[in-house]
Amino acid sequence: MSRIGVFICYCGSNIAGTVDVEKVAEVARTLPNVVHAETNKYTCSDPGQAGVKAAIEKYNIDRVVMGTCSPRMHELTWRKLLADTPVNPYMLEVANLREQCSWVHKDKEVGTAKAIDLIKMAVAKVDKLSPLKSTQIPVTKRALVVGGGIAGMQAALDIADAGYQVTVVERETSLGGKMVMLDKTFPTMDCSACICTPKMSEVGSHPNITVKSYAEVESVEGYVGNFDVTIREKAKYIDYNLCTGCGACTTKCPTKVINNFEQGMSARPAIYKMFAQAVPAKPVIDAEHCRKIQENKCGACAKICPTGAIHYDDEDKVTTERYGAIVLTTGYQLIDWKPLYPEYGGGKYPDVITGLQFERLVNASGPTEGHILRPSDGKEPKNVVIIKCVGSRDPHKGVAYCSRACCMYGAKHAHQFLDKVPDGRCFVFYMDVRTPGKGYDEFYMNTLQDGAQYLRGRVSKIYKEGDRLVCLGEDTLTSAQIRIEADMVVLETAMVPAEGVDKLGSMLGVTRDKDLWLTEAHAKLRPVETNTAGVFLAGVAQGPKDIPDTVCQAGAAASKVIGLLNHDHLESNPQISRVNEALCQGDGACVNICPYHAITLVQKQFRENSQKITRTVASVNPGLCQGCGACTVTCRAGAMDLLGYTNESLMREVDALCQW
Amino acid sequence: MSMVETTPGAWEPKIVAFCCHWCTYTGADLAGLNRMNYPANVRVLRIPCSGRMNPQYALDALNKGCDGVLVCGCHPGDCHYSTGNYFARRRMLVFKRLLEYQGLEPERFQVRWISGAEAGKFRDTVTEVVEQVRALGPLHLNHELVLSGMEVE
Ligand SMILES: Cc1cc2nc3c(=O)[nH]c(=O)nc-3n(C[C@H](O)[C@H](O)[C@H](O)COP(=O)(O)OP(=O)(O)OC[C@H]3O[C@@H](n4cnc5c(N)ncnc54)[C@H](O)[C@@H]3O)c2cc1C
Ligand code: FES
Repeated sequence: MSRIGVFICYCGSNIAGTVDVEKVAEVARTLPNVVHAETNKYTCSDPGQAGVKAAIEKYNIDRVVMGTCSPRMHELTWRKLLADTPVNPYMLEVANLREQCSWVHKDKEVGTAKAIDLIKMAVAKVDKLSPLKSTQIPVTKRALVVGGGIAGMQAALDIADAGYQVTVVERETSLGGKMVMLDKTFPTMDCSACICTPKMSEVGSHPNITVKSYAEVESVEGYVGNFDVTIREKAKYIDYNLCTGCGACTTKCPTKVINNFEQGMSARPAIYKMFAQAVPAKPVIDAEHCRKIQENKCGACAKICPTGAIHYDDEDKVTTERYGAIVLTTGYQLIDWKPLYPEYGGGKYPDVITGLQFERLVNASGPTEGHILRPSDGKEPKNVVIIKCVGSRDPHKGVAYCSRACCMYGAKHAHQFLDKVPDGRCFVFYMDVRTPGKGYDEFYMNTLQDGAQYLRGRVSKIYKEGDRLVCLGEDTLTSAQIRIEADMVVLETAMVPAEGVDKLGSMLGVTRDKDLWLTEAHAKLRPVETNTAGVFLAGVAQGPKDIPDTVCQAGAAASKVIGLLNHDHLESNPQISRVNEALCQGDGACVNICPYHAITLVQKQFRENSQKITRTVASVNPGLCQGCGACTVTCRAGAMDLLGYTNESLMREVDALCQW
Repeated sequence: MSMVETTPGAWEPKIVAFCCHWCTYTGADLAGLNRMNYPANVRVLRIPCSGRMNPQYALDALNKGCDGVLVCGCHPGDCHYSTGNYFARRRMLVFKRLLEYQGLEPERFQVRWISGAEAGKFRDTVTEVVEQVRALGPLHLNHELVLSGMEVE
């Protein structure tokens, strides 16, 4: 038999104004298993709480109903109060007598009658609750950062500076992401290498940071505080303990491979460093193109290596380690515009280039040493057309969203071109100019002063005439048909999520939006958290943005990680799903409906009719379950129940209500 | 199947509203904070998410004496648990059809999405449902409403 205590609050006159509190208490005393009911002027005040504690002791109460203001306001207060008494904090039901009763009804008789019903419902429910205990989840004080662009580097540095160990997994052979490819960065036009490469070396040499380059996450098990992450580091064929990074090997390799870092505008050897300031500052062998590895010929690099660091029989290294928190900073790639825009030549004109190609062309360490020379014939272009929103804001061809950084870097490109080619002309086709941000609009205005001509409209066709590219378009402000003979065309193409992020997201239970950007837990209030506790995100992986916003977000994600790793233990929410293994059929309907990947099917041994049998049953991971209860309804066998909101307790509540 | 037999003052409709904790329950609280008024015929039963709403609860309520059931949750896309209300939406639609097939008037089982900010919508919805059910009169069932034959999912 349970021993229920009912505590009803006057809340000054807030409740008592339209509810006859004493009458409610009187009725409460007559309800089954209620051993005590009392009223209080202000239950939440210190003396009020002391009164509740005293009554619990005096009447040997084992569960309580609080007839007070909304549980959204005070459920936690009452739980804390109960934690100080012999009553389990989850043996509690709050009847909402204020927000949903006294405040919405004027007639005292009506209010009192409803309050009595609410108390009846709460008494019926609390009678069927059982004590719950939160478990202590240990926290592994290490963080994993996936993606070594500016977002990942910033997050790693902030976490490492707070004293925690961080591993950065980068899939390319060097840190840096897209930022290190850029020439100068708006709006201040500081050289990207000058602000990005120091970050890279800081990450590479930080005592708390381990960089795993040329590596990817293969699988993740576990939950907040305890993610077991398996990482595959691709074979580099070079022993980094022996390699001094002298680079002799790269000069001897006879193979030529398209250089992706230079956006396909130059070639690199098969043994290569991604770029001069790469971190780690050591080369790798691109096995696919290495003659020694493919055909057992050549071997020039091993012959010249002064330290004997080259091993053609190197293998992938797979390791599993435990991390307390994960930050996803996988960034973006540019949309493949070629199949989408046959009217722009679909890739058949080498002088129709992307913004990233332009960045490499103006970059002093790029393929043209910073001279703007067009790819087809190496001549300096005099007429340049820049087309913005290629693939962006165009759901029919590309994506519906705005890629956010392109208005600014489009202006930057115009400025850079006019700066380097003073007798050149630059035309920018735009849909809108969006320049919100500190110093951004001023930057755009300066570009106009530089002489860039902005034309509002889209280019409908590009075709070749002689060695020039004819761009046809419309200036929608003057309705004039425009024809420009250009020497080079720069397409500012849409940002789309990095390849493979869909798989990574599903591995971690992090949702992707319709465009496959990783989704934050709440667009406004939890912008760097994900729906999976302990997994955070930052940078363009969450959606297009520029470097200042990326760095802000990375710092925010880092502070969340630091807050998490600061705990030795986490308290788990005990109001989670529970499987009745005797009823479970192992059909896995619950597995599919769970938004947190908290349920798995496991093989378990049972004793039935004095025989040992093995059956498949569902198993709930208490670290992942968030207590939504979706699985409970989907289970045909009725084997799933939600602790704290059990079927039985809710049905009792319904029953109590039907008697009103 | 129900008859109108209202002797004024004698009968008042009984409605139970299953509300998700994160949106509708919050909206209902806000109605209180704003001192809005709505009929006292509704009792709110708090569930964590509309995805927790088991059709069995509604059946029980209707079989045992409630005149109407309202199920409320966050707007589609806004579920605190991401997808709960999508499942609820599909499940409740099928369930509603099943109830109507068994003769229940559509007004007696309704599903609405009300956010934590939509205090006015909560008030209006509750008022509307109470009036609709009042117009229908008390629920008299010739036989129990059942779930069997229905695929819950
Ligand atoms: C042409 C152009 C010019 C720009 N100019 C400017 C400018 O002047 N100023 C400005 O503020 N912004 C500019 N931007 C925007 C800027 O590039 C981004 O804001 C910034 O690079 C975002 O950094 P990030 O770390 O989020 O992503 P990224 O730079 O894309 O870094 C992501 C990293 O994660 C790695 N990765 C991806 N998936 C995985 C995986 N599964 N496992 C392991 N590693 C993975 C990638 O290899 C990459 O290194 C420009 C963008 C473009 C396209
Ligand atoms: S939490 Fe409101 S519907 Fe899921």
